[in-house]
Amino acid sequence: MHEMSLAEGILQLIEDSSRQQSFARVSTVWLEIGQLAGVEVEAMKFCFDVVTRDSLADGARLEIIALPGTGWCMQCSMTVPMTEVFGECPQCGSHQLHVTGGTEMRVKELEVA
Amino acid sequence: MCTTCGCGAGEVKIDGEHAHHEHDHVHADGTTHNHDHDHDHEHAAGAAHAHPHAHAHQHSYVPAHAHAPGVSNKRMVQIEQDILSKNNAYAAENRQHLAERGIFTLNLVSSPGSGKTTLLVKTIEMLKGGQRVAVIEGDQQTSQDAERIRATGAPAIQINTGKGCHLDAHMVGHAMGKLELSDDSLLMIENVGNLVCPAAFDLGEAYKVVILSVTEGEDKPIKYPDMFRAARLMLMNKCDLLPHLTFSVPRAIEFARRVNPRIEVIEVSATTGQGMDAWLAWIETGAAAARGQRQDTVDSLQRRIAELEGQLAARSS
Repeated sequence: MHEMSLAEGILQLIEDSSRQQSFARVSTVWLEIGQLAGVEVEAMKFCFDVVTRDSLADGARLEIIALPGTGWCMQCSMTVPMTEVFGECPQCGSHQLHVTGGTEMRVKELEVA
Repeated sequence: MCTTCGCGAGEVKIDGEHAHHEHDHVHADGTTHNHDHDHDHEHAAGAAHAHPHAHAHQHSYVPAHAHAPGVSNKRMVQIEQDILSKNNAYAAENRQHLAERGIFTLNLVSSPGSGKTTLLVKTIEMLKGGQRVAVIEGDQQTSQDAERIRATGAPAIQINTGKGCHLDAHMVGHAMGKLELSDDSLLMIENVGNLVCPAAFDLGEAYKVVILSVTEGEDKPIKYPDMFRAARLMLMNKCDLLPHLTFSVPRAIEFARRVNPRIEVIEVSATTGQGMDAWLAWIETGAAAARGQRQDTVDSLQRRIAELEGQLAARSS
């Protein structure tokens, strides 16, 4: 969802960082994206290319580190893997799950010059 | 669209006026215009240590792996920041401002055509003489919704997002500044009709309220799970039409709870007034909590003043 706004957010973080860290070019950007964050990786790559055109990150490579989805099953009282936000517990089939991980959308690090 | 802040530069309008922003632009050749001095600091995960004072703090290092010859000036910069951190910071500012004034704020989200504006107009009419209400309207174009709200006598401001598909906390902060908000009042933010993007953007509201009309599919909660997961309350609108439809209320509730086990549900009809009392009671519970919080803060500040005055009197006598 809304990958264009996210790509703009990424560029903004890069530009802020370029002032603090004094770099002029970014060659690679590593993102951590949770499986449950609702981010379409292909759409994100496309939007990132569009948004960074003529910026200090023009042509930069986008590397996505996928983080697994996890939830707390209220029936089993344990952490279980989740692949969808409305998923069911793989142990007991309950939908009484509280998402505990996998919604991250973070800029992790940059390779800069 | 502006590639610096994502605001849709020149397109976002608040009550017909362009929203002004300051931009810092860094160009590919390294030239920076409009320097500002941010005192954010960022840490690598695991490098958790508290800083009582703010100063720029980012870690960079030369990567251990080899690079092609001639590009040895490459280095790594750790950012470790949420992509939405800018928006979240603006939202936190809005939330604090609203809390200080005891203003209970709801962010109303739904698909286009769920009857949000009609529901809002009815709500304002029923609150007349009691709770004061102000409204921020978000739409891509036109100020028709704000005009419908103003016709009820409530102050309203229209944000046109241009090409933008959602309101963000920065726009809402600007709009709040233009509205004359009274202490202990109610602020309703009608988001752009869209069940996807507004879910991710915190505006500083107390709660998101998702409106699902019974003329839509009952499986919408699992088709657009992010929005139903982000909401505290689901209003099922247009319930007066149920006799003419095959929509199953229990199934819709089951789907919503599958995504968000804690979501509350109220069935309403803005046209016949069915369920409106329960909705108004829900609002009053939240508004009372916001007022109470402000009163507590005022009380504790007054106690502090009395304490300090006592100390001062003791020293000057």
